[in-house]
Amino acid sequence: MQTRRIRWHIAVFLAPAVIVYTAVMIFPLFNTLRLALFSRIDQERVFVGLQNFRTLFFDPIWAEQFWNALGNNFWFFIIHMLVQNPIGIALAALLSHPRLRFAALYRSAIFIPTILSFVIVGFAWKLILSPIWGIAPGILDAVGLKSLFAPWLGKEDYALTTLALISVWQFVGIPMMLIYAALLSIPEEILEAGEIDGIVGASAFWKIKLPLILPSIGIISILTFVGNFNAFDLIYAAQGALAGPNFSTDILGTFMYRTFFGFQLQLGDPHMGSAIAGAMFAIILIGVCIYLFGIQTRMRRYQL
Amino acid sequence: MLRRTLPMALATTALVATSAAAQDVTLTIESWRNDDLVLWQEKIIPAFEASHPGIKVKFTPSAPAEYNAALNAKLDAGSAGDLITCRPFDTSLGLYQNGHLADLSDLAGISNFSSVAKSAWQTDDASATFCVPMASVIHGFIYNKDAFAEVGVNVPTTVDEFFSVLDAFKDDGSYIPMAMGTNDQWEAATMGYQNIGPNYWKGEDGRLALIAGEQKLTDEAWVEPYRQIARWKEYLGDGFEAQTYPDSQNVFTLGRAAIYPAGSWEISGFNALADFEMGAFKPPVEAAGDTCYISDHTDIAIGLNAASPNAEAARTFLNWASTEEFASLYANALPGFFSLSSFDIDMQDPLAQEFVSWRGDCESTIRSTYQILSRGTPNLENDTWNASAQVIKGAESPEDAAARLQGGLESWYQPQQ
Repeated sequence: MQTRRIRWHIAVFLAPAVIVYTAVMIFPLFNTLRLALFSRIDQERVFVGLQNFRTLFFDPIWAEQFWNALGNNFWFFIIHMLVQNPIGIALAALLSHPRLRFAALYRSAIFIPTILSFVIVGFAWKLILSPIWGIAPGILDAVGLKSLFAPWLGKEDYALTTLALISVWQFVGIPMMLIYAALLSIPEEILEAGEIDGIVGASAFWKIKLPLILPSIGIISILTFVGNFNAFDLIYAAQGALAGPNFSTDILGTFMYRTFFGFQLQLGDPHMGSAIAGAMFAIILIGVCIYLFGIQTRMRRYQL
Repeated sequence: MLRRTLPMALATTALVATSAAAQDVTLTIESWRNDDLVLWQEKIIPAFEASHPGIKVKFTPSAPAEYNAALNAKLDAGSAGDLITCRPFDTSLGLYQNGHLADLSDLAGISNFSSVAKSAWQTDDASATFCVPMASVIHGFIYNKDAFAEVGVNVPTTVDEFFSVLDAFKDDGSYIPMAMGTNDQWEAATMGYQNIGPNYWKGEDGRLALIAGEQKLTDEAWVEPYRQIARWKEYLGDGFEAQTYPDSQNVFTLGRAAIYPAGSWEISGFNALADFEMGAFKPPVEAAGDTCYISDHTDIAIGLNAASPNAEAARTFLNWASTEEFASLYANALPGFFSLSSFDIDMQDPLAQEFVSWRGDCESTIRSTYQILSRGTPNLENDTWNASAQVIKGAESPEDAAARLQGGLESWYQPQQ
């Protein structure tokens, strides 16, 4: 008769992480979701069920802003996927070239913007692109393309794309580093074996390296997705909480901020704000689930 | 040895700490006026502390755009300062109704203010006053006197003269006729629409009729100001769409622009930056001799955090803030913020004197969107920012913008339905 001993040490060792994570992540998350189910009516907090979400999705005033923000968010994400990640992969491929000189210098230079604060990046780019003090009009003038200059951040058609590209500039170092690390981990023997079979240069990249770094690309995509749908800082630093011009740069983060904390004469509404935060959480959750169950499980992995 | 000294040391520190607390109360002021930090630290606070030993005051401003959000969060968390700088109307009324601001109706000094001055910080029925009024700001236009002399134009008084001055600067080409951008949106609404608007909706008459539901934003009186600011577009600098508020200030103070649609709060900053002589003119009227209306907006007040542990000392400060000494200090330290108290304050600054002299010539009103009308969703003030910027850019016609605002207001404001 041997009783199973309760293995207390597991609980003890897990406790610190579980407690800290619960206190700073899980509890606030669920409390926010709970807050979304209430509303303030005549100074009293009243339970209203899903009414806030119904307002958010179906009341014309709210729904228009919500879908506008969501659409802008998707565009923000698409620009990152189409520009940031391919450039990141290309840079990593170039950097991992064995005969490239000053590779460490380039690597640091490209990575440095990533560690800058959003506020600095937003402010610096606002100055660079400023039609009054900026160097962008001067540079374009010097190459005879002054006519191409426009006050991009102030034009409804260009502002969001401009901000997305600024964000790409800032964060292109991250996919570059991750892919670079993945490329370095590919054993020489495989490439040499390919060489013997006549696969060299560009085709070595497409046929050998790219399939091997696909899982890393997948991870980068999901990081980009989560980062973009949580984005707020850059837009707020560059365009303020009203995300002008005419809400063309309004993304879910700024919409949530404006609603939750209020803006100028608009009083904050924590309950509607929480509803938006809840919607953001759901969107990110769905996106991550699609990736995890739809893509990652089907991805072919190679044992190196 | 160590065992004995440690409790001793702790006891001593505790003793020192308590005795210090018994001597000095430190009051913290929350404010959005980070531009005024130096003035508070060097003039106002020393004057108060000199006459009130035992009370120390700390002025801790945050950025204007973040103030309301930051303050609400701090009040909810219980970490806000003892004294709260009050925005006018609903923002502060909301704080009072939620129990964050104390009722100051029984403060002795509150009788130094007229009922108009207090109206921005009272309940709708005027039964409770919760902030001590500090100052109002007046809208108008600041101009570069050197530029006017150089191009040979006179200060405009009518709308036609106003646009012929702008045309003269445009033809001359050495100055940007008007320094304003639409990037931050509020300039378009506050320095544009709310600046010239009172002449069209006849000040208080129009404003109160709108609140009562007797006029609509689609009425001629409310659409015409939009038509006027739509005409401004061709006089603004290149790329004005991306020009921010600080950009506009710098363009003007560097002497590159002739006219700056202004609020009087700019005066002290401009005095420090501009090395040319500045003058001011009031919003132009339709025909010479028409009654003029100016926006003399009750802008800033100071109240007591209901949760403050130092309420007694804070009330002492508030009482002092309602005296003539404070009013005179404040109005002269911050030319452009005009005292709301009933005292007759002498001001030294010529530009500030020019602004305040309009109170004698014109009818005063406050910004149309501030009282009651920005209570609902969609928020009329925020929408007015957007609409004004859109109209100036030419992206929306004045009539469409007005119809959109009216639609938004009707959706929640019963007297307009």
